[in-house]
Amino acid sequence: MTTAVVFEKARAEGRSALVGYLPAGFPSVEGSITAMRALVDSGVDIIEVGLPYSDPLIDGPVIQAAADAALRAGTTTPDVLRVVEAVAATGAQAVVMSYWNPLARYGPERFARDLAAAGGAGVITPDLTPDATDDWIPPARAHDLDTVFLVAPSSTDERIAMTTAQCRGFVYATSVMGVTGTREQVGDAAAVLVERTRKTTDLPISVGLGVSNADQAAEIAGFADGVVVGSAFVRRMLEADDDAAGVAEVAELAGSLAEGVRRR
Amino acid sequence: MDTLPEAEHVPMQDTRGRFGPYGGRYVPEALIAALDELDREYQAARADDSFGAELDHLLTTYVGRPTPLTEAKRFGAEAASGARVFLKREDLTHTGAHKINAVLGQALLTRRIGKQRVIAETGAGQHGVATATAAALMGLECVIYMGEEDTRRQALNVARMRLLGATVVPVSTGSRTLKDAINEALRDWVTNVDTTNYIFGTVAGPHPFPTMVRDLQRVIGVEARQQILDTVGRLPDAVAACVGGGSNAMGIFSAFVDDADVALHGYEAGGDGVATGRHAATITAGAPGVLHGARSYLLQDDMGQTVESHSISAGLDYPGVGPEHAWLKDSGRATYEPVDDSAAMEAFQLLCRTEGIIPAIESAHALAGARRLGEALGPDAVIVVNLSGRGDKDLDTAARWFDLLDENGDQQ
Repeated sequence: MTTAVVFEKARAEGRSALVGYLPAGFPSVEGSITAMRALVDSGVDIIEVGLPYSDPLIDGPVIQAAADAALRAGTTTPDVLRVVEAVAATGAQAVVMSYWNPLARYGPERFARDLAAAGGAGVITPDLTPDATDDWIPPARAHDLDTVFLVAPSSTDERIAMTTAQCRGFVYATSVMGVTGTREQVGDAAAVLVERTRKTTDLPISVGLGVSNADQAAEIAGFADGVVVGSAFVRRMLEADDDAAGVAEVAELAGSLAEGVRRR
Repeated sequence: MDTLPEAEHVPMQDTRGRFGPYGGRYVPEALIAALDELDREYQAARADDSFGAELDHLLTTYVGRPTPLTEAKRFGAEAASGARVFLKREDLTHTGAHKINAVLGQALLTRRIGKQRVIAETGAGQHGVATATAAALMGLECVIYMGEEDTRRQALNVARMRLLGATVVPVSTGSRTLKDAINEALRDWVTNVDTTNYIFGTVAGPHPFPTMVRDLQRVIGVEARQQILDTVGRLPDAVAACVGGGSNAMGIFSAFVDDADVALHGYEAGGDGVATGRHAATITAGAPGVLHGARSYLLQDDMGQTVESHSISAGLDYPGVGPEHAWLKDSGRATYEPVDDSAAMEAFQLLCRTEGIIPAIESAHALAGARRLGEALGPDAVIVVNLSGRGDKDLDTAARWFDLLDENGDQQ
């Protein structure tokens, strides 16, 4: 599987793809599946299934709160794979967003095999750069999975080239220096980074960190192939009166963002 | 003083800062540029005589180095089966623990890089106090991240840091201890990396921290090795140190690691006992994995989630350990054992009563280890213990443990 087809389709439609993140297991395994299905129904093209981790050092307080809740509820790596399977069954693309240690502990080869079997398209690894280990890319390639690595405003041109050469599916450009969370402005740094990244690759480039509304999504869609939204969804679920209200809230936001990525 | 030379044994396989299969850099791409800058500037500073001279000057005139090597005769006779026990007195440094050695080096580097703001994590508070001290000395803005749980256990050190002008941020995520303080400091760094240097407290974290902090702490071992030769006329049979993240242990071990006849012993926090699961004995009971940017031993569950550690000593209460210790363990060059809270506190009290020295509870774990070594090696043995810090900060904990507070006092 690969997410490349999603970006091709979006490009053919003259728009950017919408990528939505939610942590698996929050508010429960079934609850996270329901919420992700609602995102798909409301126009999200690719679901980032977050694997909750005890030490999420690039995540802000919103996502950490949800991840902590998922872990307290006993969410396991097999649960995450079950969520992937349920999302893939809708016909949408599912990629796992995971810090490295849970994958290393599960076994990179075993994880790649089981993720492919669940219908997952790939993995985004926020704390793993391509040069950090030789243990991930070979099994991911062997099981036809996308390997999505991050580039940052602080990356040198050499590192951007090194990183995009090892990406498959798409490249994840972090819009600002910082952790996940909604921001008033995502600003010029993202556009500059996307431009620098384009010089090194033909892969689609998605921009994440800080996007929370349709106007921001439209702004990003003006220069990027994909728009990633995470904390804004998670915050709505955390603040909702109950699970059903949370699902309705994220569906509404997804619909609004889906309109945003279609503005031109 | 010979502060900076690197130990020759170090198995650096590549530029990624690996010790065998351990170490490396498992961090967000956003931090790589800062780590590269730090590594580059550190290498340049090492080669720059004026940097070494400035650091040595500070270590001599500000920290009070060299620290003495004190023979603990009564402790050896009464508590360590008659062995000759020598204490490397890092408790006598300015700020009261070895942390200041590596902090001053990193603060000088910060100035060299041209950044005006420093951040640090702290567990017991000693690294935070040392960082706040260096920041005051050099006129740098300073923010210290400390687990909420630790701000309670070490309230006096919070006050010390604030007196020194630092901002102390209590961290209320996760286990609210050192592990989470490091997460929060890394988040600050990734956000403010243009203006900020991260002064790391131990030999863990991503490359170059394990190497850099070890080199800056190596002065402990270099001095101790010469002092024991001058005093006894031979190398010791064993060197003992407590291990949380492992900086005081790496500092003293690294000067002896090429002396094959000197046994190196690290003592981890056994908490309530390893069998209870409530401990911080990472090497003894953990498995290899990645935490805070490096691969090393780690307390983790089947899913790779970090398991909370427990210890009476805030400074050892950490579920990870420096990668070079993992390598020394696997290679057999050093051995690591747990010391339970009760054994550490017994050794703590014994040193108070026999030598008139109140050690940090962290260092008391090494003293408990020395007692075992004395029993195993006998009265002819020479044992050097790294007394990494003093116990002023631990008086409240000790008073509760030994029930020393007046019946009519505030025993709450």
